[in-house]
Amino acid sequence: MVRVRPVLTAIVAAGLLASTAGCAFKPIEPWVKPYERERLADPVMKASLDELPGRQRDHVYVVREGSRGATGVQGGGCGCN
Amino acid sequence: MPPACRGAAVAAIRNAAKVAGLAAGALAATSVQAVDLPEDRAETMYHLYDGGGVIAQGPAVLVRKSMLDRVSLSGTWYVDAVSNASIDVVTTASKFKETRNQGELGLDYVVRDSLIHVAGARSVEPDYQASTLSVDLTQDVFGGMTTVLLGYSHADDKVGQHGTPGWVGTAHHWQYRLGVTQILTPRWTASANLESINDDGYLQSPYRLARVFGSYIHENAPGTRESKALKLSATGDITPEGANNRRSLRADYRYYWDTWGVRGHTLELAYNRNLAPGWLLESFLRYYRQNHALFYSDNAPTQTLYVSRNRELATMHDFGPGVTVSYTLRNVPGKFDVKLSGSYQFIDFHYADYTVGSTGRPYSFHASVFNTVLSATF
Repeated sequence: MVRVRPVLTAIVAAGLLASTAGCAFKPIEPWVKPYERERLADPVMKASLDELPGRQRDHVYVVREGSRGATGVQGGGCGCN
Repeated sequence: MPPACRGAAVAAIRNAAKVAGLAAGALAATSVQAVDLPEDRAETMYHLYDGGGVIAQGPAVLVRKSMLDRVSLSGTWYVDAVSNASIDVVTTASKFKETRNQGELGLDYVVRDSLIHVAGARSVEPDYQASTLSVDLTQDVFGGMTTVLLGYSHADDKVGQHGTPGWVGTAHHWQYRLGVTQILTPRWTASANLESINDDGYLQSPYRLARVFGSYIHENAPGTRESKALKLSATGDITPEGANNRRSLRADYRYYWDTWGVRGHTLELAYNRNLAPGWLLESFLRYYRQNHALFYSDNAPTQTLYVSRNRELATMHDFGPGVTVSYTLRNVPGKFDVKLSGSYQFIDFHYADYTVGSTGRPYSFHASVFNTVLSATF
C-alpha cells in the first residue's frame, strides 16, 4: 500500500496535467506521407514475389511441426506429406 | 498391398487435426497488407519436397483477374503427389503413394478504404475431404499508415479409412485472426498478427499407432483443441544512400501455444536484394522448436485415456536456410511482366523424444524443398 499510493498520485497528477493542458496537444498526424512510401512499395520489400511458393513452404511446416496459424501466408492442404 | 496394410501405412503419417487446421488455413492467415486490389497475375509452379523417406511433388496454378476496377477473381489448383516411406510408415507398414488435389476460388472487392476477401476451398484425397469458407476484411486507417485485418474461416472435414466404407469421423474448425501493420518510417514497417484456431471432432488419425509398454495400440487424441499464435514482424529497406541495387531485411518471431500443451517458437531472418537489373535474390534463415504435447509419448509407461506417438507433437526442432533467385524474362512497362524463379531450402529436423525403433536413438533427418515458378503480371 505504501508503494501504491505514490503511483496513484502520479497517475492522478498526470491526468490533471493532461486535462488542463489538453488544448496544447495536437492530434497526431500521419508522419510518413504517401509520396514518401516509394521504398516500402518496392518488390524487394516483399517476403516473396510469387504467391504459390509460400503455400508450399507453409504446407511443409504445418504437416511437420505442432504449431500453426498467424503465418501471413495462404497455405492449403492436408497433413499427409 | 492389401487395403488394411496400406491403411496402416497411411496411418503413420496422418494427422487429422493438422489436416483440418491446414485446410482451414488454405484461406486463412492472410497477412495484413495495403488496401489495393491484387494485381492481375498468373503463376505456374512445379514443387518438390524430398526428406525423411517422403517425396511430395506436383504442379500448381494460380490465376487472378480484376474486373471493373473493384473486383478481382482468383482461382488456384494445387496437386500433391506423395510417395511415402517415412520412418512411421516403414515401422508399421509399407511404402504407399497417394495424390491430393486442392482447388480454391476467391473474390476480392474494394469499397473505399476497405478490401473484402471471400474464398472457398476444397481439398480431396482418397480418405480425407476438407471444405473451407473464409472472409477477411482489410481496412486502411490513419492516412494509410496503419492497416488492420479481421478474418474468419470455418472448415468441415470428413475423415475416412482405407478399407472402411463411408467416413469414420468428422472434424470442424474455426479460425479468427486479427492483424495490424504499421508504417514506422519511409524505410521500415512492423506488423503483429494474432490467430486463434479451434478444432472439434475427430482430431486423431484412424491409422496412427501409439506405443505403450512397447506394444502398439491405436492412438487416442482429445476431441477438442484450442490454439493461438502471435507473430511479430519488422521489415526495412537497408539500401545505402546512392546504391543502385535495393536491399531489405526482415525479422519474424512467432509464439504458439495450445490446450494440448504444445508451445512453439519460430524465428526467421530474411535478406533480399537486387543483384542486377532484372535479377532479385531472396534469402532466409529459419529456426523452429517446440515441446511435446501433454499426451505424447515415445513409449508410454502407463496406459492413459489420451496417448499419441505423433512426431508432430514430439519435442523437436528444425533449422535451415533458403534461397530464391528470380529473373525478369520480359518486361513491357504498363503492359506485362514475365518472371522465372527457382527456390531451394534445406531443413534439418531433430527429435528429442521420438526414437528409431531398432536402435533407440533420437530420430533426425534432412529435407530439401525445391520449386520453380513461371509468373506473369498483366
